[in-house]
Amino acid sequence: MKHTLSVLVENKPGVLTRVAGLFARRGFNIESLAVGQSEDPRLSRITITIDGAERPIDQVMKQLHKLINVVKIRNLQPSGMVAEELMLVKVNAEGEKRAEVLQVAEVFKAKIVDVDRRTVVLRVVGSTQKLEAFLELLKPLGVLEIVRTGIIAIARGKG
Amino acid sequence: MTPQSKMKGSEAIVRALQDEGCDVIFGYPGGVVIPFYDALLDSSLRHILVRHEQGAAHAADGYARATGKVGVCIATSGPGATNLVTGIANAYLDSVPIVALTGQVKSDLIGTDAFQEADTTGITLPIVKHSYLLQDAAELPRVIHEAFHIAGTGRPGPVLIDIPVTTSLAEVSYKRVETLGLPGYRPTTRGHVKQIRAAARAINDAERPVLYVGGGVISAGAAPELLELAELRRIPVTTTLMGLGAFPETHELSLGMLGMHGTVTANYAVHECDLLVAVGARFDDRVTGKLSAFAPKAKVIHIDIDPAEIGKNVPPLIPIVGDAKHVLAALVKELQGLEWTPERTSAWLAKLKGWQDEYPLHYEDPADGTLAPQYVVEEIDRVTRHEAVVVSDVGQHQMWATQYYTFTFPRQWVSSGGLGTMGFGLPASIGAKIGRPDATVVDISGDGGFQMTVQELATAVNYDIPVVVAILDNSYLGMVRQWQDLFWNKRYSQTHFERQPDFKMLAEAYGAVGMRVTEKDEVADALREAIACGRPAVIDFKVAAEENVYPMVPAGTSITEMIGGVAPRRRKKS
Ligand SMILES: Cc1ncc(C[n+]2csc(CCOP(=O)(O)OP(=O)(O)O)c2C)c(N)n1
Ligand SMILES: [Mg+2]
Repeated sequence: MKHTLSVLVENKPGVLTRVAGLFARRGFNIESLAVGQSEDPRLSRITITIDGAERPIDQVMKQLHKLINVVKIRNLQPSGMVAEELMLVKVNAEGEKRAEVLQVAEVFKAKIVDVDRRTVVLRVVGSTQKLEAFLELLKPLGVLEIVRTGIIAIARGKG
Repeated sequence: MTPQSKMKGSEAIVRALQDEGCDVIFGYPGGVVIPFYDALLDSSLRHILVRHEQGAAHAADGYARATGKVGVCIATSGPGATNLVTGIANAYLDSVPIVALTGQVKSDLIGTDAFQEADTTGITLPIVKHSYLLQDAAELPRVIHEAFHIAGTGRPGPVLIDIPVTTSLAEVSYKRVETLGLPGYRPTTRGHVKQIRAAARAINDAERPVLYVGGGVISAGAAPELLELAELRRIPVTTTLMGLGAFPETHELSLGMLGMHGTVTANYAVHECDLLVAVGARFDDRVTGKLSAFAPKAKVIHIDIDPAEIGKNVPPLIPIVGDAKHVLAALVKELQGLEWTPERTSAWLAKLKGWQDEYPLHYEDPADGTLAPQYVVEEIDRVTRHEAVVVSDVGQHQMWATQYYTFTFPRQWVSSGGLGTMGFGLPASIGAKIGRPDATVVDISGDGGFQMTVQELATAVNYDIPVVVAILDNSYLGMVRQWQDLFWNKRYSQTHFERQPDFKMLAEAYGAVGMRVTEKDEVADALREAIACGRPAVIDFKVAAEENVYPMVPAGTSITEMIGGVAPRRRKKS
């Protein structure tokens, strides 16, 4: 089972270590983690996704709550959230391949952010599934490097 | 005094400690804490110079457990800080409020493997309630205020402040801080009203209720409320190792301790009860044995200040997050409005009484004429009339202390539960005695554990701290030997001490009173003399070498499967 936690923390040194360390200690594997400032400059928001957790997630959420610098935690439900990720992909774009790469980029609304004679760097934003599908199509052309931000997620509506 | 005054960081630390009500600090100096020690010279803050930093942490811990106040210790960077680690972990596992100050190298040297640099906040991360690396001297007053607040409130625990020497040397404007900036720290203290009402109804309806009480009741100062509740509905009470003293064992409703070395009656009671009310306890494996067989017939009410403890091991029917003092008082109030007659639980209480008669704690005098360790504890109990503050080390002697001393009031029992730290006893007893100078403090120790922190005898002598150390000397790492005896075919690997120091002479060498007791009829007199002498005293009680602690629930089995629960003369003929 996959979980997406949105954790509001005080913007203080060492907070990320505390949060990440806690997951490791309690036997959870972090799949992705993204941090950045929130609407309040004193607070940061961490989006953590955990995959294949065998233990109940509420125990680790309770332990997380006990960290003094953690202000709020939400366990976002797939139906009630928007979750997106940004990915940069460097692909082989020599010769005829270039046209093909550009075509795939077009379909996925990926942006070309860098070009040189042999390669193209594409930026694509979207759900994990979209990113995976995009990669599937690019792979035969020769993917050289992938960088992903990790998922960031937000609850829908006012909830 | 001006509300805001300029001073050195180190002076501000001393001031802030005093503003938090700290009257004694246990520590050991070194390079980067010299500024602190210099400021100390001009203050009225009492400092106890221990002989090893582990002793400082345990002494602060013992002080905190015996008084309920926050204990404070300090060490230098690097090895000083790493020597504190065991003591911090010990306080963490038993939820004891201490503030540990450590020196750190100059701010700009952090991360360079500088001389005596250790990543103290990193090393201690999993064993603190919270920690700070105090780089900005301006934050000093607030950080110290927050540290004391965090350590002492909610579920208590250790807080570490790592202080670079640059912070100690910086000029700060000190102003007493009264406000907190902790948006993420708001412990729930008042239990949920509906849950409390549901719990009251369940308690009122129960025919076979048991109160299972842990250290949380002591931390919360909830012993009076517990007594009121137990008496109001005539509910028998069993305590964990950490809960000893929360309920007087002289009371007819007391079942004694439960768990691995608990009483037969307490373990049977938990097994047979229809309602288990857990208060400030955490269903530790040393209590529950095999979890799936624990309290199989019971509805469970779990009251705890820490939401993470609720449902961690046993899913309760009625969870209540809150401070035990508040919740128990609210339960009493709620119950007073409900109808109830004593008949509801009288059959249950009679049954428990029957078990108590049939399965008392028991031991026999050793055949070789040595002392029975249990007898020594019984004599300590008699001589001190259930009124001593009893500290222990870790091992068999600790379990005999739980079984044969009669605990009657909270904070009377100071012992390492969660971490099981050998070496805790002597330094903790020094801290306890400093916190409770009027009490008789007896440290029941083992010949192994005593030697792990024996150097603190020098501290006790240095400051005239008259603790009595009773060594139950079996020349064995007795508890490990017992496991080898019962579960490893008596293959005693590395548990026998072939040569031991002469503990009497060792005590005397430190300037303490040393005694050795080998005869039964000398035990009480020796104890009286040690208590009366008003000096630190060590009594080496030569006890039976291969005595085992019974009853015993082998790890991982149901708590009804106790070895040695039935006295030989009471065993039914088959
Ligand atoms: C620091 C530490 N090391 C090892 C242990 C494992 N251990 C638990 S009890 C025990 C034996 C203690 O021997 P002693 O102090 O003589 O007490 P006894 O059991 O003989 O009463 C040992 C080695 C421990 N609890 N703590
Ligand atoms: Mg021993």
